[in-house]
Amino acid sequence: MAVLTRGTTLKSRPTGRGVTLKSRRTGRRLAADAGLLVVAAAFSLPLAWVVLSSLDAHADLRVKAPDGLTLSNFDAVLKPDITFTPLLNSLILCGGGTLLTVVCAALAAYPLSRFRSRLNRPFLLTILFATSLPITAIMVPVYALFVQVNLIDTMQGTIYFFAASQLPFAIWLMKNFMDGVPKELEEAAWTDGASSLQSLVRIVLPLMGPGVAVVTVFSFVMMWGNFFVPFMLLLTPDQMPASVSINEFFGNRGMVVYGQLAAFSIIYSTPVLLLYVLVARRLGGGFALGGAVKG
Amino acid sequence: MSVGTHTASPVGTVGKTSAPVRRGGLLRSLTRALPLAPAVVLLLLFLAGPIAYCAYIAFTDLQLTGQAQSSFVGLENFRAAFRDDAFRNAVWLTLVFTVVSSLLGQNTLGLALASLMQRASKPVRTVVGGIVITAWVLPEVVAGFLLYAFFRREGTLNAILDWLHLPTQNWMFTLPILAVSFANVWRGTAFSMLVYSAALNEIPKEITEAAEVDGAGGWRRLWHITLPMIRRSIGTNLMLNTLQTLSVFGLIWVMTRGGPGNRSQTLPLFMYEQAFQKSMIGYGTAVALLLLVVGSLFSLIYMRLLRTEV
Repeated sequence: MAVLTRGTTLKSRPTGRGVTLKSRRTGRRLAADAGLLVVAAAFSLPLAWVVLSSLDAHADLRVKAPDGLTLSNFDAVLKPDITFTPLLNSLILCGGGTLLTVVCAALAAYPLSRFRSRLNRPFLLTILFATSLPITAIMVPVYALFVQVNLIDTMQGTIYFFAASQLPFAIWLMKNFMDGVPKELEEAAWTDGASSLQSLVRIVLPLMGPGVAVVTVFSFVMMWGNFFVPFMLLLTPDQMPASVSINEFFGNRGMVVYGQLAAFSIIYSTPVLLLYVLVARRLGGGFALGGAVKG
Repeated sequence: MSVGTHTASPVGTVGKTSAPVRRGGLLRSLTRALPLAPAVVLLLLFLAGPIAYCAYIAFTDLQLTGQAQSSFVGLENFRAAFRDDAFRNAVWLTLVFTVVSSLLGQNTLGLALASLMQRASKPVRTVVGGIVITAWVLPEVVAGFLLYAFFRREGTLNAILDWLHLPTQNWMFTLPILAVSFANVWRGTAFSMLVYSAALNEIPKEITEAAEVDGAGGWRRLWHITLPMIRRSIGTNLMLNTLQTLSVFGLIWVMTRGGPGNRSQTLPLFMYEQAFQKSMIGYGTAVALLLLVVGSLFSLIYMRLLRTEV
């Protein structure tokens, strides 16, 4: 807010017009920089805590310089029952869910993007509606339903639900990306006798590689961070993914070793941060959400 | 899917000739629609199914244990909810949580960050963007822990207040709902920032420059030019933020478990407590159904906003 007032004072300075505009710009840029850095400092405090604490043998709850850098926290958590099993479970759940989502979304997007039909519009509207439903609200009935059909506490049941909950958005994104691939290329393939499936797999998908990557990474990141779904649908501790096990590790073991918690948080968060950087680099900051949201 | 090809055929075809055309068309349409099948099956079984089931058990007295079968109780769950102080408390807290963290927090801060970024120098923009987006990409539970450490009595916030000689307090006890609201702002602002950055980039430079030369100050430019030009993005962003905020569970669960008492128990946590800790699945689902209905209303408004796009 300070910036705007600063801008006005600079403007009212009675100098030549070219000079005013230029100095006004510089002043405003500096003010904007300052404002942004203040916000960034506030935002970075919790991040600083997790990084510093993970390297500190005597970490507590506040941001402070470590007594001495150590990797002992990482050593302590890098054990099968604390880190490897939960991460493997996460990988199975999210990998399976993502694979199912991307395959189903790519298949579904093809007819929606390529053939005109009177049902396309209602179908897409339903999909769009479903993208914004609060999934949290249906978890209690999903639990009750899964108990009745014996899918409760199974990996595959959780994978199916993950896929179903990501599918609306994945179909929506995939269809929009597919619309960007010109139809003429496929028509050539059709005249050569290729089937729809062949032209989808051999022509359309390779041409929309970045789009497929976005849908894949987005689905995976959403599932990797999801806490409520596995928390409700899985019961056996051995099957828990990292998002749930971290909570047990933190809440139910009496004295908490904050340094270890921080170290585990970093290990658990790294894959999604890397995936985000990978995709964001390639497509520019908007992460395609711009494309999904743009009005 | 059958109709698209049919409408394309000449209207005048009647009698015998039309039948094979239609059958061929239908067959072709079915084959064409076939790739939709896996997605539709998954969506019906695991999304539409639970929603329908939700609408059903909300009207029963289904319990988790000790009851052979449930019976239909009509609107009793809903009546019980509106009589229940804990439910009204949860509605109120959900409202506070949504208004503070989504409307006032993420939305305003996101717009402020995006418009500052328009003028800031590139290195600052990159650093700030990186930090804010990191907070957003982190898993929900991790964000919960980080903010828990920040707001605890022995945490960073009090350390800073102490250093500034300001009074400290036990934030998680005195103002738990504000602590979780700020946590949600920390976590969710990046989304608004990205949406508004994209929107502001689309405003032609000439327009703002012309207004500037005409002597319109910062606030007036914001109010008369910028905001009207990005109003669609504002609507979209508000809807999506609100929907996301309505369904926050993990963040609050990790930070406070809804407590102390039930002073940060928003509707999702209330629903969970009723259904599992008190074993009243029917009652919990009735609350879930209300949440779903509110979410659907927002979702429909969101679609109205996007209606020209489909």
